[in-house]
Amino acid sequence: MARMKFLCDADRCIDCNACVTACKNENEVPWGINRRRVVTINDGKPGERSVSMACMHCTDAPCASVCPVKCIYPTEDGIVLHDKDLCIGCGYCFYACPFGAPQYPQVGNFGSRGKMDKCTYCAGGGGPEAPGSAEEYAKYGSNRFGEGKLPMCAEMCSTKSLLAGDGDIIAQIYEERVEKRGYGSGAWGWTTAYHEDVKS
Amino acid sequence: MTAFARIRFAALLLMLFGLATAPVLAQKLGPDGAPNPTASVTNQKTLLEQAPRTQGRIDIPDVKASVLMQPAGRTWDYFHEVLLHWGGAVVIVGMLAVLALAYLIMGRLRIEAGRSGQTIVRFKAFERFAHWLTAVSFVLLGLTGLNITFGKVLLRPLVGPDLFSDISQIAKYVHNFTSFAFVAGLVLITVLFFRDNLFKQVDIDWVKQGGGFIKSKHAPAGRFNLGEKMVYWLSVAAGLLVSASGFVLLFPFYGTNIADMQIAQVAHAVIAILFIALILGHIYIGTLGMEGAFEAMGTGEVDINWAREHHDRWLAEKLEAEGRQASATPAE
Repeated sequence: MARMKFLCDADRCIDCNACVTACKNENEVPWGINRRRVVTINDGKPGERSVSMACMHCTDAPCASVCPVKCIYPTEDGIVLHDKDLCIGCGYCFYACPFGAPQYPQVGNFGSRGKMDKCTYCAGGGGPEAPGSAEEYAKYGSNRFGEGKLPMCAEMCSTKSLLAGDGDIIAQIYEERVEKRGYGSGAWGWTTAYHEDVKS
Repeated sequence: MTAFARIRFAALLLMLFGLATAPVLAQKLGPDGAPNPTASVTNQKTLLEQAPRTQGRIDIPDVKASVLMQPAGRTWDYFHEVLLHWGGAVVIVGMLAVLALAYLIMGRLRIEAGRSGQTIVRFKAFERFAHWLTAVSFVLLGLTGLNITFGKVLLRPLVGPDLFSDISQIAKYVHNFTSFAFVAGLVLITVLFFRDNLFKQVDIDWVKQGGGFIKSKHAPAGRFNLGEKMVYWLSVAAGLLVSASGFVLLFPFYGTNIADMQIAQVAHAVIAILFIALILGHIYIGTLGMEGAFEAMGTGEVDINWAREHHDRWLAEKLEAEGRQASATPAE
């Protein structure tokens, strides 16, 4: 069974935000919610790097662990999904998430959070809705994964910086790249997310 | 070479070393003489070692999204799922065990002289209102708060995931809105009982006399004894901290960052657990643990004999102020 992961090759990312746009369009993500974002480290300084970040679909996902209603769980492909019918919008998953992935629509005044929304790896929802159904699409967005396709963000990446797919395969692609070009800043977040790193 | 010259020489060497190494670090050249791209690459591991939370610039207005990574989230997960679960269980179950033991060993503390039939006002209606406003909101906050931490272990297996989610959703709103009532009650209690809870000389005598735990000795006390004063001050302190951290959580990321939010949650949880343990003790002694204690907050009037045994100084002052004599012999 494949273990689905994301890998952002920061030495290729040009901060074009195509992944962000692709995600928003593919999943009809509401205003104010960003399942994916591009963060630029050391902006304007030597060593500047942009990294595209969303839910990394962690091993031993801390969000799933802290959820007071246990609505977040990993699928057999390692994709972390959640059931919006059960979510109470407490915000704990955001505190636990090492990558700032969970998002909450504002449902009232001040800090009142609605049901959590996050990257689903374009694999639909973790609720009772039938895979690929209109109900599932309205709640969670696209289910490309069910059609055998990878997440839209990685597919649309203009420089093929953002890689999605089986962890071993994308790690191998990245390692080959690093070997060929002679440098690489590493697989961002991998040790935190997966308790393992790429070889180079 | 004098000592001063030697120091100057050493400083010069250090400066030269610094000048020589700085450009090398910033702009390494490759074997072909061209700038090596690796030199300007900040390895993600190096960056994470510099700060537990790596921050950058983003194109969206959501400021908190500028944190690219915060491995501290896993640490917070460990606190919440392991330390808080076990620590909280030990503190609360431990407190209940201590109280059960106290009941088994000491039993209910009776009014030794029996009831006199005469009563005296201990708490006015407004004081009782302040107490019960705080008490009812505390119980609601306590139960709904414990549900967030222990509900998935204790309640969820009993009622099932769907009903548990509905309960927790309601509990979240109850917790958020009851907090305002609790703060109002806390402010009232703090102000109303402030003067009588200042520490006095008599508190030392109270401790010397065994605080009422030694049957043969009488522990003197004013309106509140030292034990009650401790409950007051600890409650005021815990209430203040739990409210402050609670408001930070109620207004997430209003001038706070992810680290502040995690600290606020840890503080809120730890103080709340200790607060619950304290109040369990307070509830025990005010109801089951002592005869004649509950009516002070119930009807507001206590039996004169109860007051004489537990708050003799206060009773004397009170009777004097009212120009009334306590009957020397209890009414049969």
